[in-house]
Order: sequence, then C-alpha cells, then structure tokens
Amino acid sequence: MRPLLSVENLAVRIRTDRGAAEILDDVTLAVPRGGTLGVVGESGCGKSTLLRAILGILPRNAQVPRGAILFEDRDILSDRGASARGRIGFIPQDPYLSLNPVFTAGAQILEGMRRHAPGSRRDHRAKLVDLFRAVQLPDPEAALAKYPHQFSGGQRQRLLIAAALACDPALVVADEPTTALDVTTQREILGLLRRLTAERGLSLLFVTHDFGVLAAVCDRVAVLYAGRVAETGPTRAVLDDPRHPYTRLLLGCHPDRATDLLGIPGTVPAATAQPPGCRFHPRCPIARAGCAAGVPEMQPAGPGHAVACPFQSDILLEPALG
Amino acid sequence: MARYILRRVLLALPALLGLVLLTFVLTRVIPADPAATLAGDAATPAQLGEIRARYGLDRPLWEQAVTHVRQVVSGDLGNSIFSGRPVMEEIRFRLPATLELTFVALLLAAGLGIPLGLVAALDHNGPVDHLVRVVSVGGLAIASFWLAIMLQLLFSMEWDLLPLRGRIDVAAGAPAAVTGFFLIDSLLAGRLDQFADALRHLVLPAVTLCLPGLASIARFTRSGVLETLQKDFVLYARAAGYGRVRLAAIYVLRNAVTVTVAQIGLLFGALISGAVAVEAIYDWPGLGTYAVQAILAADYKALLAVTLVVGVVYAVVNVVVDVVQALIDPRVVEQVK
Repeated sequence: MRPLLSVENLAVRIRTDRGAAEILDDVTLAVPRGGTLGVVGESGCGKSTLLRAILGILPRNAQVPRGAILFEDRDILSDRGASARGRIGFIPQDPYLSLNPVFTAGAQILEGMRRHAPGSRRDHRAKLVDLFRAVQLPDPEAALAKYPHQFSGGQRQRLLIAAALACDPALVVADEPTTALDVTTQREILGLLRRLTAERGLSLLFVTHDFGVLAAVCDRVAVLYAGRVAETGPTRAVLDDPRHPYTRLLLGCHPDRATDLLGIPGTVPAATAQPPGCRFHPRCPIARAGCAAGVPEMQPAGPGHAVACPFQSDILLEPALG
Repeated sequence: MARYILRRVLLALPALLGLVLLTFVLTRVIPADPAATLAGDAATPAQLGEIRARYGLDRPLWEQAVTHVRQVVSGDLGNSIFSGRPVMEEIRFRLPATLELTFVALLLAAGLGIPLGLVAALDHNGPVDHLVRVVSVGGLAIASFWLAIMLQLLFSMEWDLLPLRGRIDVAAGAPAAVTGFFLIDSLLAGRLDQFADALRHLVLPAVTLCLPGLASIARFTRSGVLETLQKDFVLYARAAGYGRVRLAAIYVLRNAVTVTVAQIGLLFGALISGAVAVEAIYDWPGLGTYAVQAILAADYKALLAVTLVVGVVYAVVNVVVDVVQALIDPRVVEQVK
C-alpha cells in the first residue's frame, strides 16, 4: 500500500538578501497509514520548512525547484495544500502564540471547521465539545466561549490538539508541540497525543529536536541535517544503533544517554553557504578526502534503516565517537 | 465589564477637577483684565471697581476658585462677561454643531483610514502601499486652512456643487432642536430635504477636518496589520485553512485595530482643536468660532466654559474608547484588575 504522505526528493530554496538559501535538498520520507514518523534535527536543519511545505504555508519568497509531496495520492505542492485542508491537522509549537488572543477558542477553531468540515455550525459545536472532552479540557462546554489567555499552557496545547482533530484529518502534523511546556505537562500531552492518534487510526508526523520525546511517540524516525536526510529507520534501530556520525554525535549530546557530553564540533552551516559534498563533513570526526566531492547516497543499514554515509560500517571502529 | 467601565469613569473625574482648577488659574494669570475690557476704555476707576465687585473679581483668588468649582459642579458656568447671557445656554447651541462636525470627520477618518491601512499592509511595499503612503503623508502635511480654501474654490465657487459656508441653508431653516445634531433632528422631523441640505453643508468641513486623522489612522492600521501578520497565530490560521479575505479582514484586523482605537481617543483632541480653524473658514456656528470670539473679547467666563466642555467631551470620548478597546481585546479588562 502506498504511504499516506510521501515527500519525494523535495528541495526548497528561499531567496534572501544574501542570496538563495537551500533550506531543503532532496528530502525523501514517508508516513505510512496509521504510522508515526518523527523528524529530528537541530534548529535550522529545515524541520519547520518541511512542515510548512507539507501544510502549504511556505513563505512568499520560497521556491520549490524539485520534488513532490503526495498526500492521499494527490500532489499537494502544486495547489499549496488546498486539496489537503482539513485532511491534515496541525499542532503548532507554541500554544501561547498560536492562538489569536482576541477571539474565543471556539470561534477560532470553528472557523477552520466552517470551511473544511461537513455539517452545520451546530454540528461543529457539538463535535468540538466532544473533542474538548476527549482532550480532557475542564468544562468543555464553557471552553468554547473562553479566550486563550483564560487557559493554562497545557490546556492551550490541548485546545490545539482538539483543533487539529476538528476536521477529521487522516494525518496530524505536530511541530515540537511540547517544547513550550513544563516536563510534567509535556508527558501528559504526549500521552494524550499518542492515545488519540492510536484510537482514531491517525498517522502522525512529529517534528522535534528531542530524542526522548521522539522515542516516546514515533515508530520511525528521519534525522535531518542541513536540509538533507542523514539517516532514517525504525526508532529503536536508529536510537540503539545509529549509523550516521551525525546521529551518533547528536545522541551523544543528549544528557540522558551520554556518559559524558561530547558535543559536536563546529556549527550548523549557514543555509546560504552549504559545504559541497556531504554537508556534515566539515564537522565530521571521520571525514575523509572524498567526503567533499560528492553527495552521499542513501545506503541500507538494516531492515528499513538507511543512512547517507558510505563509511557507516567504519564508524563502529572509530574510538573518537565513543 | 461593568466594573471596568465604572472604574474608567471614576478615573476621569479627578482629571476633570484638575482641569477646572487649571483653566481657572490660567485665565486669571493672563494679563488681560476682564473688568477693564468689560467697562470699556472710558471707564472711571470707580466704575471698574463696581464691575469687579459685581463679578467677584475683587475677592481673593482662592475664594474665586472655590466659588468657581462650586458653580461648575452645580452646572452653572456663569454669564458671559461679553453678552451677559448664561454661557451654558450659548454653548448648548454650539456644542452639537461642533460634535456633529467632529463625529462625521472621525467616522470618515476611521471608515476610510482603517481599510486603507489594511490594503496597504496586505500589499506591503507594493503599488497600493506606496499610494496610501503618499496620501497619508499628504494628509498630514497639507495645512487644513489651505485645503479648506481650495475645496471652497473648487467645489463651491468653480463647480457650484456644495455650499460655501454655514451649517444649513437659511431658506430651508434649521430642524426643530431635539438633539441639536441637524442630521438626526431632520430625520426625527421627517424632513429629508433638511437632512440632505445639512449633509451637503457638512461635506467640505468634514473632509477638511478628517484628513490628518485619516492619514494617521491609515498609518497606525498599516503598521498594526504588518505587525500582526508576523504573528504565529496568523501562520497557524493559514495552516488551519482560513479564507484569505476573512483572515485579513477579521482575524488580523481585530488585533491590529486595538492600537488604532487607542489612537482615535487621542486624535479626538486634535480634531476638536482642528475644528477651530475649519469652523472659522466655513463659518460653522460651533464651539470653535465661539472660542475665537471669546478670546478676542477676553470673555474669560466663556473661555472657561468652552475649555471645560471640551475637556468633558474629551474625557467621555476616552472612556468610550477604553470600553471599545475592552470589547475588541478581552485582555484589556483583565490587565486592569
């Protein structure tokens, strides 16, 4: 069966004052029906641009020179996501900034439903109250008429989850939905999200920079570096046996996992000045002469596991990586 | 909400008391001696003394101040030194004329300025944006007396489309006074001819008066919309598939105009003082022309009353602005608590 969402060889370029920035290059990933894919990477790796491309809200100065985004077998790049509206629910990163402060929660969510969900306004209201109940908002009836500032951060994120589900989507796209919340609330929200998507058989595309969150939510993961996929595979396989030097270092940075914090030398390259060849080679501890020459192909590294590094087997021998 | 409104009203009161005292002191320290003006050049010192005694001008300043505040609070602003008639009575006919003019000007300024600012922002740095910028810079730069004369020259003298001056055609007569607003009174009386006439008289003064306000409202709305468009919730709304027009005209604009509305409160003061020049040129029988006469005649009673009435109007308008703001943005009420 074809995946619900597939991003194929997507490239996104953004024109800036300092020239064109290649934000995404040749990104290929897929979210199977009912599956969950986590996209992980540092700030600036292109996660948000990928989401915006999928949601059809790329900035005005963005160009898509190559690639396609297929959702339910339709190309949603060419119509800027119009045909997928309502079928893709979006949970934004910041629950404090993503709701309009001068409209009630109900009015804002109902506006999206009015355009993209079948049924009357009365149906929409009833359905939304049910959803508010499902996301465990206190007093779901009254919540409709409340303004965003009258909710706590966790409640607002629950509102946004309800909003994402309001039009009966097939896919939910979440952009680091828990980073603005404290750890306890984070746990609750993640549990809720996992439960709701599983109950409703929804697919989930989950963007994060946090491997811990990723492991809790996603079956599969794609590691993004400087606009390219560095490694992709089942979450357990990638976390337990990372093959790309970047993934290994990134996992080493996580305080829960690393015995001592390694850090990654150097910084993420500027999007206007990407290095030639493998984009990670200037920071890579096992880089060789050939790494700057050509873009590395994706190579199999296990069942469903692929990595964009020709030296994946060598790095196991590399003591520098710990 | 009721508590919020009450609070706003109570906060306006000390400001008004301050205004009463301040204007009193100001009019008493200006060099012109009202008794001398009233008595005329040929008055003897005895006559001057008599006039001073009659108007209480020989009393100590603090006593005059207390008397003044007491009279103001009881609604008695005294008689005009010049005409001898109660100033409140004189103002009663002139205040509605000025208010009618300023409200219509304000309506024009907001009704045109807000949409102009919106379309300018949506066309950021595009041709529409540039055009609106030229219009608004022009609106702020053009002197209203010049504009008034040009409009009179073109629309009244050259093309004979609109009346040159006044508030209503003398032949048609003024509608029976209910509110003092000719537009409303003529409709109440069912006199559409008077309504049309009053409206025709209003066009040129209102256009002249509204232009600077229109310009600043357009600019404030434009920057408010541009700022709001950067917000995460706009991106989120686009992802949720809001319609483009509805998103801009309702969801963005409502956030953007909170600043504009606050601006309108301040603008109202500028409109009233701008009305002085505009009324003078168009011979509009409002407070502005009255104030000018009072100044020339050193009629301090009348001046005090005008200042006070304008102050009260300004305070009321700003309470209304506060309430409107609270209606637009519910956070305003909570911030005060």
